[in-house]
Amino acid sequence: MNRINVLSYLDDIYKKLPDKTAFSCEDESLTFLQLYNKVNSIGSFLQNKGCYSKPIVVFMRKSPAMIAAFFGVIAAGCYYVPIDDEMPRHRIQLIFDTLKPETIICDSTTRVSAEKLKEESNGCFDIEEYTIISEYPHNPSALSKIRDKAIDTDPIYIVFTSGSTGVPKGVAACHRSVIDYVENLTDVLNVTEDFIFGNQAPLYVDACLKEIYSTLKYGATTYLIPKQLFMFPVKLVEYLNEHKINAICWVVPALTMISGFNTFKSVIPQSLHTIAFGSEVFPIKQFNTWRKTLPDCRFINLYGPTEATGMSCYYEATREFQEDESIPIGKPFKNTQILLLTDDNKEAAPGEPGEICIRGTAVTLGYYNDFERTSTAFVQNPLNKLYPEIIYRTGDLGKYNSAGDLMFISRKDYQIKHMGHRIELGEIEMIANKHESVECSCCIFDKEKSKIILYYIGAGEEKELSSYLKYSLPRYMIPSKIIKLETLPLTPNGKIDRLALKKMYSQEK
Amino acid sequence: MDELIQILESINPDVDYRKETNLIDGKILDSFDIITIISEINEEFDIAIPAEEIIPENFNSAQKLYELIQRLED
Repeated sequence: MNRINVLSYLDDIYKKLPDKTAFSCEDESLTFLQLYNKVNSIGSFLQNKGCYSKPIVVFMRKSPAMIAAFFGVIAAGCYYVPIDDEMPRHRIQLIFDTLKPETIICDSTTRVSAEKLKEESNGCFDIEEYTIISEYPHNPSALSKIRDKAIDTDPIYIVFTSGSTGVPKGVAACHRSVIDYVENLTDVLNVTEDFIFGNQAPLYVDACLKEIYSTLKYGATTYLIPKQLFMFPVKLVEYLNEHKINAICWVVPALTMISGFNTFKSVIPQSLHTIAFGSEVFPIKQFNTWRKTLPDCRFINLYGPTEATGMSCYYEATREFQEDESIPIGKPFKNTQILLLTDDNKEAAPGEPGEICIRGTAVTLGYYNDFERTSTAFVQNPLNKLYPEIIYRTGDLGKYNSAGDLMFISRKDYQIKHMGHRIELGEIEMIANKHESVECSCCIFDKEKSKIILYYIGAGEEKELSSYLKYSLPRYMIPSKIIKLETLPLTPNGKIDRLALKKMYSQEK
Repeated sequence: MDELIQILESINPDVDYRKETNLIDGKILDSFDIITIISEINEEFDIAIPAEEIIPENFNSAQKLYELIQRLED
């Protein structure tokens, strides 16, 4: 059967494995049948309310219920926008400005925050509580009418990523892109019904699609690991063992946190057979520690931007790596193509660096309510002069090694990867510059120590700026060091000289 | 102890570390903070905190953390 709607995964699996646990967290679980019922209740409620083809904000704690809300929104023919209580208010407001949401789904833990948001933004949105709408009577005929009308290019979610202008960008993805991604990712991971995933990624980023859809497609199980455990390596590994977790798709810092503290001297993961990692370059020393500890485990490096649904390339690391090597990002998934384009928009010669550009169904719809920024990154394939064809320009530089595997080199701009998150240094500067006592600011990133450093000139004290940034930026974007200067170094053409700042910083270290 | 308080204050100046005893359970510190604290302690005191000591009980207050450092220094 030709899949055109992601809900078909749920339709198939709830009949096959109704009583198997699909998603579980500390205090809550949903079987596939329970999930199906919640999804149809939420869908029926939203349909009855008249929501159709609209963004629905899901503002809940990380839980199986939140996943049910996602699919409930899709069942109503709408698209979900996940928001987290730990996002700073200021950022949520910016997201709401773009979104203009009419309905927000909350739970008992976010109710008060949701009311406050509504008050602060004079928002004209309704706040619906999950516990109520997830019990709403099913209306199968209304939902199947919506389903019949749906096409596979309809959006199903919007997730927000950092934008260099200070305003987050909302990446909108459709059924077709997600289905394409899920089919090809699960092939590479060899997912089966016996997979027990330990999820690390927050549900407000695209990274969680890996576990959610693998679970739905194959009837696997996913444990949503409590965030707190990622501070305590021994407890984290004990959790993996206790729940017999055998597959993880984590950001690199979560893995290096375990190996870096010599956790394996006290406890070793017993059940793991598949480790997929991404978001950042895996330090080779740490990678080799993992590989030596778990020699029978598959290690798969994943690479890809949110704008191409999730991951676009993979490389299975089956050998030890030398410390001066890096793990390739390998080959594109099936039905995805990578173009390496030079500055004059020609295909890079073998071994020559070029910008990694992505072609294929997995390329998402673009940035929601932002045609301008969409048109700079989602562009006509410059190699094709004959018919319209959109590719996504990642801004990442790559090249092919002698074995024909794609290697990541660096960014073209000031985007960085820090603690598994994608950050535009420009966004931090824009926010800092908004503070009344900041005249001008510039951020640099100390890759080696993984620290963001903000330099600024202005009247205010560093401490004052620090508390303002804590209020305005997500935790992972807050500079570890804020340094006030008398003047900022400038390049000959009057721009702030980041290289000079970097030099200054490394000399002071 | 003062050195430790300084490290903690560089992470979040708005917390009264001499009084607060709920740094983890009260979600005042998150995983980024813990990793930063461990690496700063490593630099400042020249001690590596072993994985089995990285548990909530040792990080809930500056006092507990200080006791841990002293234990490891011996």
